[in-house]
Amino acid sequence: MQGPLLLTVIIFLPLAGALALLILRPEDRVWIRRLALTTALAELGLSLLLLRGFLPGVAAYQFEEYRSWIATPPIHYHLGVDGISLFLVLLTTFLTPLAVLASWQSITSRVREFFLMLLVLETGMIGVFLALDLFLFFVFWEVMLVPMYFLIGIWGHERRIYAALKFVLYTMAGSVLMLVGILWLYNLTGTFDLPVMQAMLQTSQVLLNTRTEMLLFGAFFLAFAIKVPLFPLHTWLPDAHVEAPTAGSVVLAGVLLKMGTYGMLRFCLPLFPEASHRLAPYIAVLAIIGIIYGALVAMVQPDLKKLVAYSSVSHLGFVVLGIFAFNATSIQGALYQMLSHGVSTGALFLAVGMLYDRRHTHLIREFGGLATPMPVFSALFLFVCLSSLGLPMLNGFVGEFLILLGTFQQHARWAVWAATGVILSAVYLLWAYQRVIYGDVTSENNRALPDATRRERVILFTAAAVILWMGIASPVFTRRMEASAQNVLKQMQRSTAYEARDSRGAAPRAIQPAIPSAGER
Amino acid sequence: MVPPMDDLYRLAPELVFCGFGMLVMLLEPFVSAARKKWLSVPALAGAVLGLAATALPAAHPGAAYYGLLRIDTFSIFLHLIVGAVAVLVVLSSADYLEREKLPPGEFYALVLFATAGMGIMASAQELMTGFVGLEISSIASYVLAGYRRDSPRSNEAAMKYFLLGSFATAFFLYGIAMAYGATGTTNLESLRTAVAQGHAGGLLTLGLGLMLVGLAFKVATAPFQVWTPDVYEGAPAPVTALLASGPKAAAFALLMRILFVGFTASSGAWFWVVWISAALTMFAGNLAALVQTNVKRMLAYSSIAHAGYILVAIAAVGTMPDDAQSVAGIAAVLFYLATYVLMKFGAFTMVSQLGGPGERRLEINDYAGLSQEQPWAAACLSLYLLSLLGLPVTAGFLGKFYVFKAAVNSNLLWLVILMAANSVVAAYYYLRVIVVMYMREPQQEWTPQPVPRGVALVLLLTAAGTLYLGLFPGKVMQLAIQSALSLR
Repeated sequence: MQGPLLLTVIIFLPLAGALALLILRPEDRVWIRRLALTTALAELGLSLLLLRGFLPGVAAYQFEEYRSWIATPPIHYHLGVDGISLFLVLLTTFLTPLAVLASWQSITSRVREFFLMLLVLETGMIGVFLALDLFLFFVFWEVMLVPMYFLIGIWGHERRIYAALKFVLYTMAGSVLMLVGILWLYNLTGTFDLPVMQAMLQTSQVLLNTRTEMLLFGAFFLAFAIKVPLFPLHTWLPDAHVEAPTAGSVVLAGVLLKMGTYGMLRFCLPLFPEASHRLAPYIAVLAIIGIIYGALVAMVQPDLKKLVAYSSVSHLGFVVLGIFAFNATSIQGALYQMLSHGVSTGALFLAVGMLYDRRHTHLIREFGGLATPMPVFSALFLFVCLSSLGLPMLNGFVGEFLILLGTFQQHARWAVWAATGVILSAVYLLWAYQRVIYGDVTSENNRALPDATRRERVILFTAAAVILWMGIASPVFTRRMEASAQNVLKQMQRSTAYEARDSRGAAPRAIQPAIPSAGER
Repeated sequence: MVPPMDDLYRLAPELVFCGFGMLVMLLEPFVSAARKKWLSVPALAGAVLGLAATALPAAHPGAAYYGLLRIDTFSIFLHLIVGAVAVLVVLSSADYLEREKLPPGEFYALVLFATAGMGIMASAQELMTGFVGLEISSIASYVLAGYRRDSPRSNEAAMKYFLLGSFATAFFLYGIAMAYGATGTTNLESLRTAVAQGHAGGLLTLGLGLMLVGLAFKVATAPFQVWTPDVYEGAPAPVTALLASGPKAAAFALLMRILFVGFTASSGAWFWVVWISAALTMFAGNLAALVQTNVKRMLAYSSIAHAGYILVAIAAVGTMPDDAQSVAGIAAVLFYLATYVLMKFGAFTMVSQLGGPGERRLEINDYAGLSQEQPWAAACLSLYLLSLLGLPVTAGFLGKFYVFKAAVNSNLLWLVILMAANSVVAAYYYLRVIVVMYMREPQQEWTPQPVPRGVALVLLLTAAGTLYLGLFPGKVMQLAIQSALSLR
């Protein structure tokens, strides 16, 4: 199905599945789970079709859909996918079935509502990545908060209500300002359409003075930085992660955080290049602080889940650094790191969730010597830890290496500081692994723990396979990202009066959004 | 003397409301006590026909009664709002009145009379007509606020509302007198010319100030909002729903006509007043709502905050009242009123339903575990709350979006930032209700009240409307823009 509606179907299939859940009676838990899993898998299949139809080496948006939605002001239902969003969509559709599987047994109350929320969340997340109209983007961006809020608030742990409220209020504080920024941009350009707006700014049809550009950049960047989260805006993250149910953490770490970095790549850099350049050193400093601080705090966490949460702060710091190094390699690395962090950290949370299902605690000192009762789990857990700390041949290495390589070419000093994060991540992950898995069984409760069940093995082996595949077959991914990563940098260049436009070879995009007909694909 | 037929057409909705109001009162003594509840049938018929009768003035736009009224798209838009509110009130109160054992006859008559008054306010092209409309609707609502005669709170509400309200209308009247003294006219078109020609002396400005005070009281904006929580809390819940929606919309309509028709040229005189009042109102509403434990009271404070958001759009128009761009601002106000009426009415109706006999369950904590006992009620209330909060896909988001847009367009950056900050503050108390409904376990025995058909219909209509306007605002916005243009 390569028809023009593929993206719409991909966005709304989970929503349809969620509504279909309402037909089932709340007691039919088995069928509810099966229906949710079927929907998630069908969604994965659809997104693989997207991968198959995607043309590598093309920077422009593909599979575009363009329909008018609201007449005044002109708002369009404009979707499209490029090398930046393609894999983030795939990441979402890959993690959702795993999240469904992980919740198979551990969610026992209000099962129907749980899977409903999870599927609605998937619709929101995919919508964020595919929307090319700023209004539409904002709608998905905000709507997604509601299911996440309920996932944390209803099915979370002890301090879930606090964590859920904190999560929503933090995010909302940023996004309200982003809405103001969007409206301001509309005021200047007369459109909400991202490609059109981009072209107008790039060809200097609309000139932003420095102050305006800085303010607009700030309005967008703040919203994204909170989502990433960039140090010092990260304080909502440990709370939300620790209190969320396993599926919530997986989706939160796997996908939601990427929305922030995605937003930076998609909006901040191309729309406000001057402000990006000016503020890049400060942002890089915050990113580096985040890398080191996150790693140091992770190291001393007594709580395994919190450790993984802080490791996210550290890993996402790399992504932000890669983006703001303005180098094609580092941006590709940032994209790659976004994916691999999604898979690895998702898998880490899944593994931690499995331990929690058995012992109902996340505390490291409660465990120890698990290799004896749970050998298969221990092996897979090790594999996931190694991928997260960036062992070569596994996925984490590729992203971090590309980021450091690209950053080094631009700012050697940044790369040197950031590289310490790689060492620190090995410290906290291996140390935690050692305390949980190796040694003697210290607690009697752990002696008879069952090893990974068939369902859990399916989850962990799938994740491990993807980790390995991403580690050794990285060109599969980078080939499709490359053009878009370079395009971001190209979009950052502004034509000025004395700089001939065609000197760069590329004609500026037409102002009227040219929608490629089906034949062109 | 019989007025010309066209004038009657232009007054058709008000005639229908008043006619059916009197019919209900006439029927009342002849209906036995057991059958009194059937009085809702003529009342509903009156409300629906009155709403439908909006088609007549729509077909005959123009000035009526020697320029006392002016029928334009603006007035049609507001007639649709207040007519719809009348229908919703009658639908939602039939079972409430029976449950609370309140006499239905006068209630319906008063609702219909109040609606007629609001209709007149919506089309008043003349300060005195506006005053008459204001009085008709206010006096009816004073009585309605105290309709639970044996409840001290309801009495308190009526007393407060009456005393402060009559003060406010007196201010309004005094303002009219001064404007007349300064310019020799009370017609808004003539006032506009007079102001444009530079007749605007201190007396006229003072007159405008007094009128603003009177209307600020009616729409409950700071610093004249203090009565709102007490009145909204004490009044019977369907009346609260009415007070929070219809009269507010009508008073905003009158305010807009006065400011945008009569006093466009002197917008410098009122722009900062509106600006400051908007900022104060938002904070007064939202900060006070944060600490409320009573849902009805919290919603009352939230409606103060919403009046503040509307003022932001009015201030946006004030920066460039003659500009074609100001149309967007006026349309934003109208659209916001439409969305606000839907979500607020829905929320208050739900609160009234959940309150149970005697409205005893109004504390937020009473809603603990509601999602498990009554999942649909919880979902519905959540929808209204999320819409009041301004989350996308609901009407409230688009309402807020258009207000933001108008304000950004007018470069009112600080006001926009204040409004943004307020939205986040507001998120906290709306979400708190959702927290209690979904994330706490039920604390006490909860015997769900059966949802009467009328209430169910109101909830369905408002919820569907909230979603519809959130997803497809195009048609209503189009009408709002035409209304704004007709005001030019």
